Amino acid sequence: MHNKIKMQAKDVDFFYGKNQALKNVNLDVYANRVTAMIGPSGCGKSTFIRLFNRMNELVPHTALCGKIFLDDLEINNPSVDPVDIRRRVGMVFQKPNPFPKSIFENISYGLKVNGIKDKAFIGQKVEDSLKRAVIWGEVKDRLHDSALKLSGGQQQRLCIARCLAVETEVILFDEPCASLDPISTAKIEELILELKKDYTIIIVTHNMQQAARVSDYTGFFLLGELVEFGKTQDMFTAPRNKKTEDYITGRFG
Amino acid sequence: MKKDVVQKLGFSLIFLCILTTVFFLGTIIYFIFVKGAPIISWDFLTKVPRNAMTEGGVAPIIAGTFYLTLGAMIFSVPLGLACAIYICEYSPKSFIVNIIRISINNLAGVPSVVFGLFGLAVFVNFLGFGVSILSGSLTLGILALPLIISASQEALVAVPHSIREASLSLGASKWETIKRIVLPAALPGILTGVILSVGRVAGETAPILFTAAAFYKRGYPKNIFNEAMALPYHIYALMTEGAHPDKQKAVAYGCSLVLLLLVLFISGFAIILRQRQRSSYAQ
Repeated sequence: MHNKIKMQAKDVDFFYGKNQALKNVNLDVYANRVTAMIGPSGCGKSTFIRLFNRMNELVPHTALCGKIFLDDLEINNPSVDPVDIRRRVGMVFQKPNPFPKSIFENISYGLKVNGIKDKAFIGQKVEDSLKRAVIWGEVKDRLHDSALKLSGGQQQRLCIARCLAVETEVILFDEPCASLDPISTAKIEELILELKKDYTIIIVTHNMQQAARVSDYTGFFLLGELVEFGKTQDMFTAPRNKKTEDYITGRFG
Repeated sequence: MKKDVVQKLGFSLIFLCILTTVFFLGTIIYFIFVKGAPIISWDFLTKVPRNAMTEGGVAPIIAGTFYLTLGAMIFSVPLGLACAIYICEYSPKSFIVNIIRISINNLAGVPSVVFGLFGLAVFVNFLGFGVSILSGSLTLGILALPLIISASQEALVAVPHSIREASLSLGASKWETIKRIVLPAALPGILTGVILSVGRVAGETAPILFTAAAFYKRGYPKNIFNEAMALPYHIYALMTEGAHPDKQKAVAYGCSLVLLLLVLFISGFAIILRQRQRSSYAQ
């Protein structure tokens, strides 16, 4: 049970035009675990996680070779609708990106586009999601105010709540704390640890301490290659690869 | 010279330019106001013209302008918005799309009298609508199209990519994203463009010259196949034809003032809307 594989990348190559951004990446993501991707800027880690919800398709002139699996489903198969994948694999982005709508509408949007019309259910779900993302207490009296009035850290937790409301199985975090202060960062890290009970989590981070704090498994990317992958504890105490050691001890990057 | 002297000189020059611009704008408004205000009265705005258009009011003319403008918008807003959505959201960034884009921009540079001739050839003659509100509206609509397309494009492009991604990542389809996220966010910008083009269309003379405008027509237009009098053309007609130049001139200035106030009012409305849009993005 503990080592059930939730998502899997097999022989993945990825191209932006003629630029190869990912080279033969193989990686398993375990269910109910936090998997961190670390590496210097431009190493392909963000590109890599955006393959798990087919977000890279929005970028023109890109090409993917290899296979990505969600359970047994090959998600990059052309016959699979990306909309169905995104209903199972949610994403929290680097910069908080709430809709220019009210706090309530930000959360209810995902439910509505997924065909839910029952008002009482939506109201309950909005409350539950906001509670789950530990932001309910700060917003419960102003659910109909614009989400843009919230602070950056609050906006990011709102975006997490928005993602929780649609009940995905996996959540991808793409540098979720990059634009946040340390206190907001701590709140979100705590939240991630809490969420892994019910979700499989993949997080991209620039911050190695963050990877060490929140993740169970870590993958180290360099120039589009997955240099090393393993248990976070092992990787940070006894890296197998010289490059990994150099990076996590701060010799470059 | 010292830096601060150069700077002061520069700022003074720029200020002078602003003064000149404001002076001209102020003079135009003042001049039209002084000449037009004496004739403006409730009757002028609500009664039909009498005595070879030297007495009575200009209500049918205001109505004509209203119908023509409304017709033009009914035709051009849905079409222009659809074009803008297609270009911004759906079209691949290809060679053909670039040509479409350039064509639309060039359409904005076509002299308005050419639109008038086009309207005469196509709507009045070929399609057989005759000189009518319908022909005039369609011609004015084509004139407004590039304005509406480019304003809508700008408004759509201004919607941040990040919130589109957010919507898609929640399992929304592309169309749902456009309909429920992108369009509402772009709406104030689109409306601004629409309103500015209303101002432009209401004041155009050349496109309706051969397609819709009547020198004189008794009473109000009955349906869209009627000719109509309209403010800009009425001003032109009063100043160039007729047997009572002095009396006509006064009416013409009155019409000018009505038209000017109408357009200023509409533009002012657009400015308020634009400010609301800015504040809706304020992070």
